[in-house]
Amino acid sequence: MTAAEAVAGILDGATVMLSGFAGAGFSNQLVAALRDLGPRNLTLVVNSATHRLSNTHELIAAGMVRKVICSAARGHDKSGLSAFEQLYKDGKIELEVLPQGTFVESIRAGGAGIPAYFTPTGFGTDLAAGKETRRFGERDYVLEAAITGDAALIRADVADRWGNLTFRHAQQNFGPAMATASKLVVAEVRAFSEVPIPPEQVQLSGVFVDRIYVAGDGA
Amino acid sequence: MKPLNRLQMAWRAGQDVEDGTVVNLGLGMPVNVSDYVPADFDVVVQSENGIIGVGPLASANASDADLVDAGSRRVTLRAGATVIDSANSFAMIRGGHIDVTILGAFEVAANGDLANWDNRIPDKGPLVGGAMDLAASAQAVWVLMEHNTRKGGPRLLEACTLPLTAVRCVKRIYTDIAVLSVTAGGFLVHQILPGISRDELQQRTGAKLTFAPDCGDLVAPEIALPEA
Repeated sequence: MTAAEAVAGILDGATVMLSGFAGAGFSNQLVAALRDLGPRNLTLVVNSATHRLSNTHELIAAGMVRKVICSAARGHDKSGLSAFEQLYKDGKIELEVLPQGTFVESIRAGGAGIPAYFTPTGFGTDLAAGKETRRFGERDYVLEAAITGDAALIRADVADRWGNLTFRHAQQNFGPAMATASKLVVAEVRAFSEVPIPPEQVQLSGVFVDRIYVAGDGA
Repeated sequence: MKPLNRLQMAWRAGQDVEDGTVVNLGLGMPVNVSDYVPADFDVVVQSENGIIGVGPLASANASDADLVDAGSRRVTLRAGATVIDSANSFAMIRGGHIDVTILGAFEVAANGDLANWDNRIPDKGPLVGGAMDLAASAQAVWVLMEHNTRKGGPRLLEACTLPLTAVRCVKRIYTDIAVLSVTAGGFLVHQILPGISRDELQQRTGAKLTFAPDCGDLVAPEIALPEA
């Protein structure tokens, strides 16, 4: 399967989840293929709106993105305004910033059939403004809604033909949660294993994975 | 005596890290604290990207782009380390399994309110990351920050002026000139840099200070900052 085939069917208006954090686990070849496919009005669910080691900024610069849900809304470029920052400044891109733990728990909830949940994170801060709160015992909590996606593009290390995945080191980050919460899940992997991955070593069940793109070592 | 530099401040906080604890160190100055925890201590450094048991920075020829901490630094793993995903990592944080998180800050209030997230740069979007989760749910929140702003204004205040990260969470504060804790009665001073009087410390602080009965000198070994 080519990268283009792996992302085929992602439509205008789709919510697309992208894994990756701190340089590990970016599905950059799939993101490049998505840019070439060119759907518009996307909502991206990605931890960093842009990151210097990810290709996310190319989707934003290409005008394909309507909204970003993230925990770090910083530009790709430290000098001057990046495409993201220019759009943000001009009010042309919608932004939803969540605490990182809320960001990933909302995705986990979305993949686990939980429509909303209470978290202590963010209580009394601007990020909880307008959200329902409730006291349980001695603490106050904020009601947060689940997040689901039409597609997730994640990066892993090895896949077998059942779609079972392993990850290297910090590659996992948001990938497993995003895979549970999206309808179409595409995994970009370093290598394909002809033999089944030993069951106890599988880190993400192939039940959650729809397509595999073997990218090799390159990121 | 000169105010502590940033590594000396990290050293001072490191002296209070206890054996057998799980700690999370914020980006910037706090990540240096692990360099000053005794090597024979069994301290687990948790990084919110899922590295549980962060070791020293990797050497240039042994670094691995997939083995990074939450600050994008290429690191090593300590013996006994595990790697988990972000949902599990934040379950660890939110569930109260982190004994201490050491964070940088802009402001701390006398009731323990913390302001440390960055949404002030014009035209740049807000950056919050994992700070709100850590501040809300770690068993103890320690802050490492300069006592005053570059313009000389106080960072320790009756009430924060900047957007809050979490309410009533900070337990201890390590500044360049003092060590304080947050109590029901406000800021309690435990150590002061020699040469700074209690009156001067009070003048440089935006909330009323109380001094511990055993309040002593804040003294750190010489530690050179790396050349910029």
